[in-house]
Amino acid sequence: MRELMTGNEAIARGVYESGITFAAAYPGTPSTEILETLATRYRDDLHAEWAPNEKVAVESAIGYSFVGGRAFSSMKQVGLNVAADPLFSFAYEGANGGFVFVTADEPGIHSSQTEQDNRFYAGMMDIIMLEPSDSQECKDMVIEGIRLSEKFNIPVMVRMTTRVCHSKSFVEMGERTEVPKREYVRDVWQRTTMPAVSIKLRHEILEKLPKMAAASEESDFNYSIINEGAKIGVVTSGISFQYAKDALGDAASYFKVGFPFPLPTEKIREFASKFDKLYVIEESEPFLEFQLKDKHIDCIGRELFPQEGELSTAIIKEKVLGIRNETIDLPVEKIKARPPVFCAGCPHRGLFYELGKRAKSGKIFISGDIGCYGISPLPPFNATDTIVCMGESVSGGHGAAKAFEYYGTDMKSVSVLGDSTFFHSGMTGLLDIVYNHSNSLVIIMDNRTTGMTGHQDNPGTGYTARGTEAPAADITAIVKAFGIKNVRTINPLVLAEVSKALDWGLGLSEPAVIITRWPCALKKFSPDDLAEFDTSRHLFEVQADKCIGCKKCTQTACPALRYDNESKKAGIYAPSCNGCGICAQVCPADAISMVK
Amino acid sequence: MTKSILLVGVGGQGTILASKLLTIGLGQEGYDVKMSEIHGMSQRGGSVSTQIRFGEQVNAPVIGLGEAELIVAFEEEETYRWMKYLKPGGKVVMNKFRIPSSPMLTGDEVYPEGLIDEISAKVETTVIPASEEAAKLGSPQSMNIVLLGALVKAMGLTDIDWEKIMKENTKPAFLEKNLQAFRVGMDYLA
Repeated sequence: MRELMTGNEAIARGVYESGITFAAAYPGTPSTEILETLATRYRDDLHAEWAPNEKVAVESAIGYSFVGGRAFSSMKQVGLNVAADPLFSFAYEGANGGFVFVTADEPGIHSSQTEQDNRFYAGMMDIIMLEPSDSQECKDMVIEGIRLSEKFNIPVMVRMTTRVCHSKSFVEMGERTEVPKREYVRDVWQRTTMPAVSIKLRHEILEKLPKMAAASEESDFNYSIINEGAKIGVVTSGISFQYAKDALGDAASYFKVGFPFPLPTEKIREFASKFDKLYVIEESEPFLEFQLKDKHIDCIGRELFPQEGELSTAIIKEKVLGIRNETIDLPVEKIKARPPVFCAGCPHRGLFYELGKRAKSGKIFISGDIGCYGISPLPPFNATDTIVCMGESVSGGHGAAKAFEYYGTDMKSVSVLGDSTFFHSGMTGLLDIVYNHSNSLVIIMDNRTTGMTGHQDNPGTGYTARGTEAPAADITAIVKAFGIKNVRTINPLVLAEVSKALDWGLGLSEPAVIITRWPCALKKFSPDDLAEFDTSRHLFEVQADKCIGCKKCTQTACPALRYDNESKKAGIYAPSCNGCGICAQVCPADAISMVK
Repeated sequence: MTKSILLVGVGGQGTILASKLLTIGLGQEGYDVKMSEIHGMSQRGGSVSTQIRFGEQVNAPVIGLGEAELIVAFEEEETYRWMKYLKPGGKVVMNKFRIPSSPMLTGDEVYPEGLIDEISAKVETTVIPASEEAAKLGSPQSMNIVLLGALVKAMGLTDIDWEKIMKENTKPAFLEKNLQAFRVGMDYLA
């Protein structure tokens, strides 16, 4: 039986079929649906859980593997930066139960911070890497990855990109293999990182490398497609393989790399010998190219193909064949970008509205973070100065506060981050603020979910990935236990409350935390949410005779609001209104009122 | 020969159900099918696309510049934005419906006029008031099914048993309205 699956669903299927019994991850586009599928479709077959961050997820999977179980973790590309620390050491110490992890990279940066090419991590860790080109390979590579992991006692990385994660293609279904737990034998000379042990393990991993290279030379994932008479040879991997086939057809022969580290250089050398010209077609960095050139296999790569953005059939056609597709030309530049906005009823709106007003003074530095509120630096709010990575708002805010203190600058540091980001890596920064006495204000926007990635539970929501109940972490109690004396929890839909809390926090000369607590407007409310919040859906209307056309309400950037340039009146599009009432609170003419 | 259909719109418009039904139908007909979409940031009211390619053997899941046989657009401005992906000689099916962007909502920009005329002058275009038609049926959420009906007719895929596919894959409560919506969409194409 075959089924149309996204790459992410196919990875989950591979996890299921390969007899993996433990999976942990932190949500992150484009990898999120892997663990979601495991926690729903296969929830009774294995244990799937959301971890507070990628490092914790990987470390849990490492422990599971150490004692003999088959384990899995998945993450977005920047998630691997967070999880890299345990993985480097684990590569030395080695897997017992099979261990496969997925990195989902984002050429083109659709929903990420960087365009980093995580294939280089495999080279740095000296571990096996597999790279699928479609959903069938996603499934097959997890299954083969587990086999290789147990054969070489090494973690195996499966590297995907957005177009593989989020594209559907057919997958043949197979049966699940149940395997017994491997025996655990205590061995501190194998599973610790005491320097004397690491020196030994470093030597061992280098001894493993040629053996893993031999496995790559023999792997069915590395194969050639020879088209008679083709003068061009192409070495390619991942989604680029699909683009290359569409662009060049049978005018080229292909060496398809599915096992790119260690690279099967001898097999490729033999393939290359048949052609006058060898192209290496790969997205992002010249990972294959570096390895080929290191082995003195002459090839054309980055001097021809872009190192930024996504590749495409059209780019390859143009660069290799000099052919451009004809297109229909319209002055598209007159169509402006459609910037993302906070949803109607979003609990972040009130906070950024009030914060943005205060930011106009130029006296506050707002350190932002990763989440839907990544759009807060933009107009009309202009309420964030910097964004770096998960949790950096808090520690970066601490650093800025220290600089203001040292240089006597009349500015206040404010950090803003969500509940899930706080649990991920904001907590340690907050400890630093208390420990090293910085005069910072930290605002934790607790919207009772992990919003940006599509509403995943987290340690604060009271539920697990599989929907079972869990103790809900109490943010107030946590920050108090850290030593924060000034803590206030407010309703961000009441602007007067937000305003008062901000004035209070900004006026203090010691660390303070404001927690805004209201569920995401798009969230499916839990029984706890329904008990705590008035989630009944109200509707607001503009009374045209009272509206003075001042456009104050539109400065809240609510997608339910309209402004008619002819009548000079505001209006509310009823099907979009979520009834939060922020617009009514900013109206100076009392023209907006609740009608339901 | 691989055929490409591009569905475009604004995040939240529901291109997903239409593309799901389409891929099921194409799969049952024995085609190789690939479908691609982008999740994440753009879903918050941004410009979104779903790309469907089918044929004997499909390679890339993504449609390049000048490659689509058909663009089905759920919103007027988005039709225009994606036009360079249409193959010369390709067709456009579009919903006569506007969703203003946030700078338009605040009155800082205005919705561009004349887009439909410019598009129609260049390619074979069928403009359907799909949102209106669906509302007339008493089922505004069937707008995407009106457009699916038009898509099926435009691509000559009428031999596939769409009624059965909808029966098996949509909510029973909406089935009757969806079947009507599908026929309304088909009738817009001669």
